[in-house]
Order: sequence, then C-alpha cells, then structure tokens
Amino acid sequence: MSTTATSRAPAKTKFGGTLYRGREGMWSWVAHRITGVLTFFFLFAHVLDTALVRVSPESYDTVIATYKNPFVNLMEIGLVGAVLYHALNGLRIVAVDFWSRGPRLQRQMLWLIVAVWVLVMVPGAFFMFKHSFEVLFGSK
Amino acid sequence: MTSSPELAPTIIAPRTPQRRTRGRTNTELYAWLFMRVSGILLVVLVLGHLLIMNILDGGVQRINFGFVAGRWASPFWQVWDLLMLWLAQIHGTNGLRTIINDYTRKDQTRFWLKMALYTASALVIALGTLVIFTFDPNIN
Repeated sequence: MSTTATSRAPAKTKFGGTLYRGREGMWSWVAHRITGVLTFFFLFAHVLDTALVRVSPESYDTVIATYKNPFVNLMEIGLVGAVLYHALNGLRIVAVDFWSRGPRLQRQMLWLIVAVWVLVMVPGAFFMFKHSFEVLFGSK
Repeated sequence: MTSSPELAPTIIAPRTPQRRTRGRTNTELYAWLFMRVSGILLVVLVLGHLLIMNILDGGVQRINFGFVAGRWASPFWQVWDLLMLWLAQIHGTNGLRTIINDYTRKDQTRFWLKMALYTASALVIALGTLVIFTFDPNIN
C-alpha cells in the first residue's frame, strides 16, 4: 500500500467502510460513459436522417428543419456539450495512459478540461442559440 | 459469471499476475489501443464537424440539400465524413460493448445485446458508406 493513501484519516460518515468514493476520477469516468452512450444513440439517428439525401432533397430538408426548431436547438447545445466533454476527457485519459506524469496529474487535468469546456461552451452556446433567440423573442 | 450466491466470495489479491484461461490473442489490447488512436483522430474530425455545422456562418440554419451537395462535391469532405463515420461508429460500438460486458448479468442477455449492437452498427456503417459513395446532387 502506498503511504499517501494512509496519510489522510478516513472521513467519518454514516456509511460503512465499503462504499467506493473515487472523487474526481470516478465521476469523470461516470460522465465519460454517459456522454459516450448519448453520442452513440445520436449518431445512429444522425446517419439515418442524413441518409435521406439519397431519397430526395425535399425529405432531407424536412428532417433538417427539425434541427432548426429552437427547442431541438437547445438539445443540440446539450449534445455539443456532451461530445466536447467526451473529447476533452478522452484526451485526459490518453495523457493518463501514455504520459509518465499523467496519473499523478489526473485531477488537475480534469479541472483543466472543465475550464476549457466552459471557455468553449460559453461562446459556442451563444452562437448556436443566437438565431433561436431571435426567433423566440422578436427580431426575426 | 453465473450469479450463484456465495457467502464468502474470494477476492483475488491486487496485482496478481493474470493467468490466461482462454484464447491466445490480444484482441482486448488492440481494442484498448484503437479507442485511444481513433479518439484522438475523432477529436479533430468531430469537433471540426460540429464547429462547421453548428457554429460557423449561421450554423444549422443554413444546412439543406444544396449545402450537402456543395460539400460532397469535394473529395476532401467526402473522405472526412467517411473517416468520421467509420471511426465514430467502431469507437462507439466498442464503447457500448464494454458497457454491455460490465452491466449484464446473464450470458444470454449479454450475447443478445451484443448481437443487436453489432447488427445496428453494421447497418449504420453500410448505409452511411453507401450514401457517401452514391450521392447524386441531381437526384430530382
């Protein structure tokens, strides 16, 4: 057993000693699975809707109109957020696996990717929702 | 794993060398490596795709049949989309395979879920590839 694991006194909680508390490492893994599954199911639908270009321009344009609806637009922002997290955390996993200092810096790297995620999502969500906002609140 | 209730399940000591019980191949190693290599490529392919389709120059509002025809007139975007389709679908299928292996309890359930997964994946890859290669801008 490593010394770092025993240096901290175990937290006192009402739970027994068997509940795994993996902190950031565990929750980033949980989020990676959830965002991955979400993206997989979207990809399935997305290949099918794009395949309509092989049917007729009208049927493709009809299904693409769904994406332009403000509510669906909001879900797209959620999807972009999920994919972006999965991409950034995936790079973190690669760093943990292949970079000699990766495992020791895994927690710092998680907060780094969270910061990058916020920095990208704020302008990203703004530009993605701009048109829907104008449709909903007047000027278009 | 069968779910026979055991009062004292034996827990193997950590870092016990793994003994190979069946098979002499390194499939799981290659799958692990593929997730990392394809993941890095997908960061570029998918985030580039999301940026172009959802954020730049009006985002999703400008997408229609003509927009797709304009993009697929260029072999560059055909190759981009084809690579993205194959890599994302295989990456996602392997991810879901891992999740099925983790959470199913019965061998039968595991087997049939994987069969459904592989069937769906093969269909999506085949359909997407067919659409990219046989796309006709003058379909009407």
